Amino acid sequence: MNNLFNYIEKESPIHGLTGATKLVCLLLWSLAAMTTYDTRLLVVLAIFGIALFPVGKIGVKDISFMLWFTLVFLVLNTVLVYLFSPHHGTEIYGTCTYLFGLSGHFAPTAEQLFFQLNYILKYFATIPFVLLFVCTTNPSEFAASLNKIGVSYSVSYSVALALRYIPDIQKQYHEISQASQARGVELSKKASLMKRLKSASAILVPLILSSMDRIEIISNAMELRCFGKNKKRTWYMAQKFKPLDYISIVVCALLLVVSLTLTYINGSRFYNPFIR
Amino acid sequence: MSKTIIEFKELGFQYRAQANPTLYNINLKIEKGEKILIAGPSGCGKSTMASLINGLIPFSYKGTITGSLLIKGTESRKMSLFDISHIVGTVLQDSDAQFVGMTVAEDLAFALENDCIPQDRMKSRIHEIADILKLSTVLRHAPSELSGGQKQRVSVGGVMASDVDLFLFDEPLANLDPKTGKQAIELIDDLQKRTGAAVIIIEHRIEDVLHRPVDRIVLMNEGRIVSDTSPDELLSSKMLSECGVREPLYLTALKYAGVEIDPAIHPSSLENLALCDQHKEKVRHFFIDNHESRDKSSPEKLLEVRDLSFTYEKTNQKTLNDISVSIGKGEMIAIVGTNGAGKSTFSKVICGMETEDSGQILFDGSDFSALSIKERAEHVGYVMQNPNQMISNVMIFDEVAMGLRLRGVPEDEVKPRVEKALEICGLYKMRNWPISALSYGQKKRVTICSILVLEPEMMILDEPTAGQDYRNYTRIMEFLKSLNERGITIVMITHDMHLMLEYADRSIVFSDGRIIADMSCAEVLTNKDIVDRASLKETSLYHLAGSCGISDGTGFVQSFIYYERDNVRRHE
Amino acid sequence: MRKFTVKTIVAIGIGAALFFVLGRFVAIPSPVPNTNISIQYGLLAFIAAVFGPFAGALAGLIGHFFIDFSYGWGVWWSWVIASAVFGCLMGIFSSKLKIDEGEFGVKGIITFNVAQAISHLLAWVGVAPCLDILMFQEPVDKVFLQGITGAIINIITTAIIGTIVCLAYAKTIPQKGSLKEEN
Repeated sequence: MNNLFNYIEKESPIHGLTGATKLVCLLLWSLAAMTTYDTRLLVVLAIFGIALFPVGKIGVKDISFMLWFTLVFLVLNTVLVYLFSPHHGTEIYGTCTYLFGLSGHFAPTAEQLFFQLNYILKYFATIPFVLLFVCTTNPSEFAASLNKIGVSYSVSYSVALALRYIPDIQKQYHEISQASQARGVELSKKASLMKRLKSASAILVPLILSSMDRIEIISNAMELRCFGKNKKRTWYMAQKFKPLDYISIVVCALLLVVSLTLTYINGSRFYNPFIR
Repeated sequence: MSKTIIEFKELGFQYRAQANPTLYNINLKIEKGEKILIAGPSGCGKSTMASLINGLIPFSYKGTITGSLLIKGTESRKMSLFDISHIVGTVLQDSDAQFVGMTVAEDLAFALENDCIPQDRMKSRIHEIADILKLSTVLRHAPSELSGGQKQRVSVGGVMASDVDLFLFDEPLANLDPKTGKQAIELIDDLQKRTGAAVIIIEHRIEDVLHRPVDRIVLMNEGRIVSDTSPDELLSSKMLSECGVREPLYLTALKYAGVEIDPAIHPSSLENLALCDQHKEKVRHFFIDNHESRDKSSPEKLLEVRDLSFTYEKTNQKTLNDISVSIGKGEMIAIVGTNGAGKSTFSKVICGMETEDSGQILFDGSDFSALSIKERAEHVGYVMQNPNQMISNVMIFDEVAMGLRLRGVPEDEVKPRVEKALEICGLYKMRNWPISALSYGQKKRVTICSILVLEPEMMILDEPTAGQDYRNYTRIMEFLKSLNERGITIVMITHDMHLMLEYADRSIVFSDGRIIADMSCAEVLTNKDIVDRASLKETSLYHLAGSCGISDGTGFVQSFIYYERDNVRRHE
Repeated sequence: MRKFTVKTIVAIGIGAALFFVLGRFVAIPSPVPNTNISIQYGLLAFIAAVFGPFAGALAGLIGHFFIDFSYGWGVWWSWVIASAVFGCLMGIFSSKLKIDEGEFGVKGIITFNVAQAISHLLAWVGVAPCLDILMFQEPVDKVFLQGITGAIINIITTAIIGTIVCLAYAKTIPQKGSLKEEN
């Protein structure tokens, strides 16, 4: 289970924060990084985010797999942005400075390169923090945290149930898929798309139908144990707030304030070095 | 205050989707501190009784109730499901579905959380319960890291947390191996003594439940209570066989030997069985009359496995260690062992669903490893435990035809082959039915049929009779036997000791990724060491032999098997 | 809107888990980044049609969130929200279907597929690209190409897989008073 989301159990100041704190911080941080395209703030966020890793005692080795995914994704997207709109930067910054004496549709401009630098920075501003959150938050605490920040406990428990049953369903999918492969169902790339989709439904039908039974049994089991009796419920995994929790939330809130202020001062989400 | 917890008065019930009532005129009273077994074949209404007691009827399942059901003196229809939950604690059959928390501690706390118990009180209560149930060391474990027995203990703990007056166990033995099942029965007994609560166990495996005494057995059939009496009385009557419920095996043996069963000999308890010398003499005679040694001809090898090893990629655990075994043409054998001992992995490697690290698999003399999973399926068919996990078409004909169609067999050839397979499986008349109209046992038949249509020489079946009552068990097993007689080699992965004894020629015992025994079932089930390591239970026949002064217990069990196969089963 | 029961809560949880497993382990990448030949939308359409817009929206939201989360590439909120929008719209448009009472005939199939096609278009060509532009200032051409490709692929997969699953499920529901033992 914990492998799936890469939670790494350790003792560190970040692990010690309550799940609710981390969730609030994640939201504030993401909002801050999403709002702004200001290069300076993005650099600060990126460095700050990466600097938190040693604090959380998470090494590169722990996240190498996920980093790899992210990089591939990032490269693809960057290339694509360039291919589709090599003049996107020009549109945003309002100037056009060709570089290396080239000109034409695909010729590099300083504005475009700067935009793409910001685009990449934006990834680096958000992703380290998300990774850190993934590595340091116990999935068990997740639902209690959601409830704490105001999500209704029913919906919070749906999240907990999803986390609880993902491994079971994964295993079941695997078994059903093996049995159907033995009967001749093929999902490999050799088959045509239509055939693959039909094969997929040969696996999905038993999977989903048995999940419907599962839904029925689980909801009975939960009702028999008084789920939904009261307007509130307590959580075994909930944790009490400590001073560091408040500090972290304030810091992240400040980051958001800075981000919004910068947008206001710049008059747009972009920091524009090209204005003469 | 009255001590009566549950009282049915002339109760009847009809589900909305059913054309006829499921329960008729039920009268039953259960008092505090009683321990009751409700038994009966599938469809007799015992699960419906359970749903009425714990309130799922009428709160979750809709239907018409007539008569009355009082829970602690209050009409149940006037209570809420939550009120009932504080009186009746239910342990469902499917302990995976009942396990709704992400870890053991969270699941134990679930009901307390819903009752808004503050965290510090909750934690101390959980530790208390975990101590009683020996779960303290696994409190932070996820369900996937637990054994079946542990999961069930968590389910028990989850209802224990809220101090109920009645524990309701719905088929507690269904998903457990024999040894764990025995422990579960001991746990239930212990629980009742400790809490003084009433206990209702719903099960059709009477012999296993009677490992610890019960006060009464309520026997149900076709929606009515047909008997409500002490175990000794019930076992001395003919009621069980009339209802299609299996009686304890040692009683069957006594009957074969000509011993009259009456309450005086305490038939409900193997340990306290009061047999007089005359009875013992009869049993010894039975043994002498039927003792014979039969030659086991060694058939031609169909599957031969040499030094097979397999490491599970995710956990890096070696689940198969240098397995060498061979299976002959036309054999019908059982593979047994605890969960995680390597039985399923072994079958999956054979079928090509997992790839071995090293070793050799020879099928009919030629190397099997070059073949794909799809190609191997034409020689070795694999049938999963739950038919619902294999069925992906709406109509029976299409389901059976699927394997052929996916292999590009022309439609004019598909039809006769499917029809032939349907005929063998006794499904020909239903070929144009939707599968949803079938019973569980018939669905199982469809899945076997859909494998059979590929004409494999060998079939591997995972728990072919799990969760089936005696009648269905016999039907499925006799069907497999008839396939075996047609020359198909049958390999069954099972926990069921009756199945081993009655149908398997030989058993292969797995433990910790190795084969620890490969011998006749009578030998396995009378060998204490193997029984223990493979989480089985010694057969009660062995004890019977011992108490009748027969020293060759294994021989006695073997004679019983031969007698039964020759004289009883063939007439069924 | 249908009644908000424990069953709906469980359906959201299990639906999200299924969505996650299908999306995370069965996805076949298409040439355009961010878009997979994702069969999980067939499932989501089914959940939405049976359990309603609320369940559809949340199962999509949670399931998609977990997929992004487990890859660790940051949560791509615009697309997560689009999944939720799809689930919600699908639930609303198909609210007249009575699959859970065993009814799913030709009319049902048409309603289901019209509903899913409209929902997909609104979610992937409407919501997702707009959010992308709003949040990331991505080039308009790029996001709309991604959106349109996604919508087309999802409509096709949902049409095949969703319809088959609905048909199979409807068949398993017994009609009122119809079950009778025969000899």
